[in-house]
Amino acid sequence: MWKSPRTGGLGLLAVLLAAAPLTFPNAYFYDVAVNALFNAVICVGLNLLIGYGGQISLGHAGFYALGAYGSAILVGRYGLPPLAAMLVSATGVGMLAFVVGRPILKLKGHYLAMATLGIGIIIHIVLKTESGLTGGPDGMGVDPFQIAGFAVSGDKAWYWVGAALLVLAVWLALNLVDSPVGRALRAVHGSEVGAEVVGIDTTRYKVLVFVVSAVFASLVGSLFAHKNGFITPDIGSFFRSIELVTMVVLGGMASTFGAVIGAVILTLLPQFLAAFEDYEAMVLGGIMMGTMIFLPKGLLPSVRGLWARRRAAP
Amino acid sequence: MFAEFLQYLFSGLTSGAIYALAGLGFAIIYNSSHVINFAQGEFIMIGGMATATLVAAGMPLPLAAALAVVATMAVGVALEKFAVEPARNADVTAIIIITIGASIFLRGAAQVLWDKEFHSLPAFSGDTPLKVAGATLMPQSLWVVGVAVLVIAALWWFFNRTMFGKAMLATSYNPLAARLMGIPVKTVLMVAFALSALLGAVGGIVMTPITFTNYEAGIMLGLKGFSAAVLGGLGSGAGAIVGGLLVGVAEALASGYLSSAYKDAIAFIIILFVLFFMPSGLFGKKGTERV
Repeated sequence: MWKSPRTGGLGLLAVLLAAAPLTFPNAYFYDVAVNALFNAVICVGLNLLIGYGGQISLGHAGFYALGAYGSAILVGRYGLPPLAAMLVSATGVGMLAFVVGRPILKLKGHYLAMATLGIGIIIHIVLKTESGLTGGPDGMGVDPFQIAGFAVSGDKAWYWVGAALLVLAVWLALNLVDSPVGRALRAVHGSEVGAEVVGIDTTRYKVLVFVVSAVFASLVGSLFAHKNGFITPDIGSFFRSIELVTMVVLGGMASTFGAVIGAVILTLLPQFLAAFEDYEAMVLGGIMMGTMIFLPKGLLPSVRGLWARRRAAP
Repeated sequence: MFAEFLQYLFSGLTSGAIYALAGLGFAIIYNSSHVINFAQGEFIMIGGMATATLVAAGMPLPLAAALAVVATMAVGVALEKFAVEPARNADVTAIIIITIGASIFLRGAAQVLWDKEFHSLPAFSGDTPLKVAGATLMPQSLWVVGVAVLVIAALWWFFNRTMFGKAMLATSYNPLAARLMGIPVKTVLMVAFALSALLGAVGGIVMTPITFTNYEAGIMLGLKGFSAAVLGGLGSGAGAIVGGLLVGVAEALASGYLSSAYKDAIAFIIILFVLFFMPSGLFGKKGTERV
């Protein structure tokens, strides 16, 4: 029973998340850890689309930013309770993803990359330009997250929110992958024509994971806005979208835990590279190229393959 | 009224010519290897930055431009050799990530090698504007369009009149058959990257006196070149040129008449509409897939 990722892997993740704070020497670590957890949740969603559905999105930071700005504006300007604002934003983003997803997910490969990239860039430009609503390039402040009179504040509290959310997201993703939907998606990834021939409505399933991954990004965006207290349009930049895709691919496509590991590594990386700040872009670009050339399946599946071969050898 | 329109048209055609060169770069690499090279914009940046630095150091412009083009071509060949070729059999997503990684790497290298400042070049033949039907036309715009036309003509000659150019076309139609006929497919790939780098560098050099350049200048130019290539239909040379000019003119008209803040969004709005309604672009082959 513990071999099943749904129980064993999830249990291990929960234990690691609970134990990790014991190793944090100061409050700054919590801040970094919360960002890692938030990125991990987005990547678990994005991995459903990229790893299982075989579709690329170069615009997911746009959905993330829409969630963040949706919450900021609905709470700050219209006085909605933060939880309601978060759900309203996520619903809006989900509907947007559905409307644009239907036509663009009929596209393949490069055309799909172009379309998602275009959507992300348009969202980024709109957020930068509509300064009456969004504060323009200078950004806007966001009220704290209050629920039933309690405010979630401080990085410690946010760490537990992020950890709970990640466990929930991983549980959802693992179940989705093991359901008929997941099997249909893997068929789509394997051969789209083959999947259609055996009667799978490929567009429907692709749109479904696109919407699910966009909603994950939007929810995390909302939480990030409340946690950070301040957001700028650059949280929705093209570079940020690329970063998210790189996290998924680095950890391992089609591996939910791989996506978590990729997100954690890439979030922590700048902390280690702070000493050579000037070379950060070169290192990031080098990692992207190197992983794809030498470990095309990503870290976790490659390590797992090595392990399996070692055990198989006498 | 008309003068105003003409003014926008001039500026649109000028930037459109650059997008067309970038779009052609995408098309050449796509045809020979089915790779979308997201580092195309960085070729534009390197061409412009290298020329600006050499000219600032006292080198005469033609020599500086030639050296910059050669350097950019070397970067293009290195990109093919060390990043794209080792991943020949990877899937589309992996190759997209490799070339995006390469673009980030080159941008980072440029930031280390140069700086974050804007660099400029003096206009090639003075700053005295020409008057055309009430609109002003900068001589540098003529340089941009003229050089683009020359380069495109030379490319046409190369692909249709030389043995190697025809071999490259043959490779794009059917790589296996081309290899069986004795065409060195690996060399073809390298030449494709070198040619695309040349197109980018030339565009970057003629454009720098108008727009200036810095280490980040390649991002938007590259993405718009990609839109141009997709708009015309991926892999179609004529399509990339028409696509580039369309994007440039639409952008100039929209920023003149509607809102200049949304100038950079226009290319992507057009491309989304085209992809929604004509998924293979204006001149693309209708996609049928063999199982």
